[in-house]
Amino acid sequence: MTTETKIITKNLNLHYGEKQALKNISLDIPVNRVTALIGPSGCGKSTFLRSLNRMNDLIENVSIDGSVLIDGTDIYHNGIDVVELRKKVGMIFQKSNPFPKSIYDNVAYGPRINGIHDKKVLDEIVEQSLQRSALLDEVKDDLKKSGLALSGGQQQRLCIARALAVNPDVLLMDEPASALDPIATAKIEELIYELKENYTIVIVTHNMQQAARVSDYTAFFYLGSLIEYDETKKIFTTPKEKQTEDYITGRFG
Amino acid sequence: MKKKIIGWMFVFSTAVATLLIVSAIGFMLFEIIRSGWGKISIEFLTGAPAEGMTAGGIFPAIIGTVLLVLIMSVAAVPIGTITAIYLSEYANRNSIFTKLIRFAVNTLAGVPAIVFGLFGLGFFVQFVGGGIDKFISGDAQLHWGQPNILWASLTMALLTLPVVIVSVEESLRAVPRDLREGSLALGATKFQTIIKVVLPNAYTGILTGAILAVGRGAGEVAPILFTGVAYFLPHLPSSLSDQFMQLGYHLYVMSTQSTDVEATIGIQYATALVLLALTFLLNFSAVFLRYRLRAKAV
Repeated sequence: MTTETKIITKNLNLHYGEKQALKNISLDIPVNRVTALIGPSGCGKSTFLRSLNRMNDLIENVSIDGSVLIDGTDIYHNGIDVVELRKKVGMIFQKSNPFPKSIYDNVAYGPRINGIHDKKVLDEIVEQSLQRSALLDEVKDDLKKSGLALSGGQQQRLCIARALAVNPDVLLMDEPASALDPIATAKIEELIYELKENYTIVIVTHNMQQAARVSDYTAFFYLGSLIEYDETKKIFTTPKEKQTEDYITGRFG
Repeated sequence: MKKKIIGWMFVFSTAVATLLIVSAIGFMLFEIIRSGWGKISIEFLTGAPAEGMTAGGIFPAIIGTVLLVLIMSVAAVPIGTITAIYLSEYANRNSIFTKLIRFAVNTLAGVPAIVFGLFGLGFFVQFVGGGIDKFISGDAQLHWGQPNILWASLTMALLTLPVVIVSVEESLRAVPRDLREGSLALGATKFQTIIKVVLPNAYTGILTGAILAVGRGAGEVAPILFTGVAYFLPHLPSSLSDQFMQLGYHLYVMSTQSTDVEATIGIQYATALVLLALTFLLNFSAVFLRYRLRAKAV
């Protein structure tokens, strides 16, 4: 790999109780690039994504071994502050989940819990974040409106703005466009393309074309294992593994 | 053929059972409204009992009831809410400690009201109140160590605690997981998430719990029997260490202790009507709030 790596996982294993969901995943994710995780449902790609900001900690009976290094620090090390980690590694969910608050309060949520209460500073952060998530022009006149009153695509961009407002380095996206219509999806994809300039993006997607369009690297997961990982062009034109080829050509999955 | 007869008999018996229940309630309501409505007047609602309770109004009892449920709510709602937060957000569902709390809550809900009354007398009045008196003035004066509105309210709070806990817990669980994860993923702590996202989304449930508790508390008499209610008081309670009158108990007093029970019958019906109206109103608003909560959660 030619670029600098941001996230390195080494022999990552994850169990839900007795069931092994991730098997020995070792993966280097490059900085300021988009890395797509693809694979059939239940293959572990979302679980892998959620292990990068320790969201799996919230589920009972999960055990993890191996390591996940972000900027060289093992995030599963004992002394790691999970709260700090999650500020650095933002997450966008499959179903947009704005808080039932105003657009402004949604975006200001992160900065506020970090102790920023100066209205001027907050105003600036909110404006900047909405600008970066390409939502500002559509909502700038009614920031007081409820976030729930926005359309599905706008809600998802609001969630992206909300994540950007805490100034992360990494954005994890769990099928961010799967519930959106093609136009809203195109907007999100365009946004992802712009965001990678400043952020390392890892995206889980079920949509092969989407992976091909937005990502620089693609990892194919199957039954909890990483089958193949390479530049997206290579994965989609000359996959090395038969399973990868079968999946991307739609023969299974 | 035999099967058909059994089927018909089953339908018939459910119809009879339903009719029985509905007509019992209907008859009760009808009787109370018919006999009590004529006595309801501004004077009745704002006056004090007079002439051995055969005349006058029930104002002190209304105020006593309202104060009782207010003080009770101030105690039961925060404690119940905090317990519910612990049970739904923090507790490990399978730990012995959690099971113990749940067992205690369920048991509390099943204990007869009069037992709460006795407990209140033993614990709040004699132990806590008596202890305070001893601490303040040695053995000399009985001030807190006798039944009063504070001890009665706290006893009632214990009785209604399970109602609050169950209702609040249910509403906390109705807050979608998405929202909690959204908050945590932004680097919020669990506590921040509960305060800023979970509780604001559960407030209708907390309100419902409070109203159900008030509705329950307004109708109970047994817990306050030994802990603070008065047979008759010429004045309203002015401090937490005063005794008070209450609608349910007033009804009991009029129907059994009055010098002229016959003469109080009209007033009894009217008092029952006021009490019913009060609890109906509270229960109805709880149902309404709950309905709104459900509609919102979908």
